[in-house]
Amino acid sequence: MTAPRKSGNVIAKYLPVYFVLLGIAGLEVFLAYQHFSTAALLVILLGLAICGGALAVMYFMHLAQERRSLFLTLIPATIFVLLMMNMFWSDSFRLLRMRPFPH
Amino acid sequence: MAMHRHDGALMEGSPYAIPSRKLTMWLFLISDAVTFGAILFGYGYLRTASSDWPAPFKFNPSILNVIIMTFVLITSSLTMLGAVDSAKAGDKAKANRFLWSTILLGVIFAGLHIREWFALIDEGVRLFQNPWGSPLFGATFFSITGLHLLHVICGVVAIAVISRGFSRGSLTAGHVETTGLYWHFVDLVWMFVVPLIYLLNISR
Repeated sequence: MTAPRKSGNVIAKYLPVYFVLLGIAGLEVFLAYQHFSTAALLVILLGLAICGGALAVMYFMHLAQERRSLFLTLIPATIFVLLMMNMFWSDSFRLLRMRPFPH
Repeated sequence: MAMHRHDGALMEGSPYAIPSRKLTMWLFLISDAVTFGAILFGYGYLRTASSDWPAPFKFNPSILNVIIMTFVLITSSLTMLGAVDSAKAGDKAKANRFLWSTILLGVIFAGLHIREWFALIDEGVRLFQNPWGSPLFGATFFSITGLHLLHVICGVVAIAVISRGFSRGSLTAGHVETTGLYWHFVDLVWMFVVPLIYLLNISR
């Protein structure tokens, strides 16, 4: 266990990240009311959510301050698993168009 | 012989230079992230495959409620950062003030979330039926937001237990930090739930 250290003004230190996260949330709501197609809106909102999530992981969860080996162990594997889940999209579009599989 | 091997394993340092409880929490959060990822992908599958997916969320009250909930949850992450910093500095009183602020914000979030649920239930949304379109809307909405709400409630209870233990001296700043990781993760998941569940389904 580490010895107690002097408490810094951590709120002020992370206030910029806090405001950026609030800004991202506000921007998402604003963009949701613009006239984008659903696919374009999905890409934009997902991109903004990934930016917000990355900020939260790196700064609020302090992953940026940990050893790089922790980042390399956790994050690429998680992204790989999440990317592998994308394989079923073609089937969902098939259901939408009610087309049977070709024989 | 086996005892020697055991001792050797105990002496081996962490490759990540973090306590084992913190590494365990990270591994849990990664598995939880994949769980949320899977149910959000499942939701995406159903939404894409349904031609009549409902878009029931009006700005007032739903989206306005979500904006307030987001503000409350991100602010609670900030108070949690304060709690972890104060706990590491050994300032128990300040750490507890921050922890209870986080609990209060978590309770407000849960209250707003339940209010949103009741509003939708009043409009006729059930697990497998709703007045607008695809009957699976309710199942995905309640299961995804319900799982997140369960995480918030578990987090509030965990923070209360940690706060009590830390003020009594039975738990350390490391426990506060590990709980903080969990709480920030709950915040992170919400950042994905809002655009995918609410903002893609706004009523125009």
